Amino acid sequence: MSEALTELAQHIEAKRPDCVLSWEISHGELTMNVTLSSLAGFVEFLKTDRNCRFSTLVDITAVDLPDRDPRFDVVYHFLSMYQNHRIRLKLAVREDDMVPSITSVHPSANWFEREVFDMFGLLFTGHPDLRRLLTDYGFRGYPLRKDFPTTGYTEVRYDEEQKRVVYEPVKLVQEYRQFDFMSPWEGAEYIMPGDEKAEG
Amino acid sequence: MMDGNFDDALTGEQKIRNFNINFGPQHPAAHGVLRLVLELDGEIVERCDPHVGLLHRGTEKLMESRTYLQNLPYFDRLDYVAPMNQEHAWCLAIEKLTGVEVPRRASLIRVLYSEIGRVLNHLLNVTTQAMDVGALTPPLWGFEEREKLMVFYERACGARLHAAYFRPGGVHQDLPPELIDDIDTWADEFPAVLADIDGLLTENRIFKQRNVDICVVSEEEIQDWGYSGVMVRGSGLAWDLRRAQPYECYDEFDFQIPVGTKGDCYDRYLVRMAEMRESVKIIKQACEKLRNEPGDVLARGKITPPSRTDMKTSMEALIHHFKLYTEGFHVPEGEVYAAVEAPKGEFGVYLVADGTNKPYRAKLRAPGFLHLQSIDHVAKGHQLADVSAIIGTMDVVFGEIDR
Repeated sequence: MSEALTELAQHIEAKRPDCVLSWEISHGELTMNVTLSSLAGFVEFLKTDRNCRFSTLVDITAVDLPDRDPRFDVVYHFLSMYQNHRIRLKLAVREDDMVPSITSVHPSANWFEREVFDMFGLLFTGHPDLRRLLTDYGFRGYPLRKDFPTTGYTEVRYDEEQKRVVYEPVKLVQEYRQFDFMSPWEGAEYIMPGDEKAEG
Repeated sequence: MMDGNFDDALTGEQKIRNFNINFGPQHPAAHGVLRLVLELDGEIVERCDPHVGLLHRGTEKLMESRTYLQNLPYFDRLDYVAPMNQEHAWCLAIEKLTGVEVPRRASLIRVLYSEIGRVLNHLLNVTTQAMDVGALTPPLWGFEEREKLMVFYERACGARLHAAYFRPGGVHQDLPPELIDDIDTWADEFPAVLADIDGLLTENRIFKQRNVDICVVSEEEIQDWGYSGVMVRGSGLAWDLRRAQPYECYDEFDFQIPVGTKGDCYDRYLVRMAEMRESVKIIKQACEKLRNEPGDVLARGKITPPSRTDMKTSMEALIHHFKLYTEGFHVPEGEVYAAVEAPKGEFGVYLVADGTNKPYRAKLRAPGFLHLQSIDHVAKGHQLADVSAIIGTMDVVFGEIDR
């Protein structure tokens, strides 16, 4: 399995050295880091090359890494029903970068890109209809970014007097329950009163 | 002259223009909360713009602040028609990252319940699609069988719908022997019920008029729109993850992959009926194997609870139990994509773990999401009445599309 993937990765790298930054195989899955500018051409190559034939787009999503300089990873999954293999492409993207849309190669990318735009606020160039997809009409903010609170900013209720649904800032009766169960010996950092004395 | 002049017949209002209507969000044939903005030329659909997200609950965001085990019940609420199949993908993703081997008996139980889920889903889909095109009896008959299957769910895990039965490392509890016998008996009786439904629909004149040659899907469209599951098999491609990329222990079961020839709604109906028969075959085989192979149903280790008897005598087991259900287990850093052949198509989980007890990011890849987004492409040129047949055949459930 992994030999076939290694072979595939070497084949792709040899054919398109300018697109592939690096690749690795872990858990039996091939991941390729690719460059932003050549994405559309590379995806087209993956679709048409006889050894690849990644003709099905499985998924597009993003990962927010606020501490890293290119803040986002855009992740593409492809599947070949003919060769029976999968590939994952990763693209490091800054917040203000424009990601080339691949809707011209894979029409099914349409809603995935809309979702990424909706949830992460990344813009895709050449997308035919980049509207919000899952959130409310008139929603503001990008919910899947790590700095967006899980509770959100607004809440809605039906107002009996105005006879319509009204939006209000979110009011929590009790604090949002986020318990920290991490073992004190690993992970979580506990700052106890008096710790500063131990330092000095 | 007053009468002889008809030049004003072409004023703005009287020019023929396309008609826009809202289909849903409260429409019985929308299979949930789907709002379609349809542009009609007479009765022909010119444009179809689906507005989704009315059932968006932010599952992916919520998952980031909960432990791996607490996230499991969210999967029941995605495709609530066949809940355990979704849980399966989550468990497989975690097991892939942690490298846990599932015990043989747990693997068999998972296959058994995945196939029960498939029958649950196809029963609902076939019969409600028939209702969308005008037949009222099939859902009544189909739901009676669904009821029996949900009793099997309940007897395994205590819940009829939101099971939370598949756990990372196995399944929650072993099945009692009587349950296996009852499932086996059901599997003997079910083909007769299926034959009844078959008799109602397959040669039914109205059903055929409404489904034959509607929403024909070609091989190229399958690739372009990323179809999976029955949408692929209905067009003659024998693509099934259970066969192509076997997971669990599907490779040792004997079953066929039914395919259609023309790729229209009627073929997909036939494929679903045939798949139910194949699932019954797998269920029978799984019951037989389960009777002969007793054993543990959880891989005992860090990610699963200790046995109840251990907890009564061993302090370490008690601590382990407490820490498992409060802090949860840690998953090593890495990223995986795990997919299962859910009844609707390929359901996948892309999991990014950062070594803590919570997933850093989890993306749920729902098959219905891709099917629904192509509705503008496939519904164009069809009649308005066909739209409900198309929604039915695409097998959309908003729990998984809106997430």
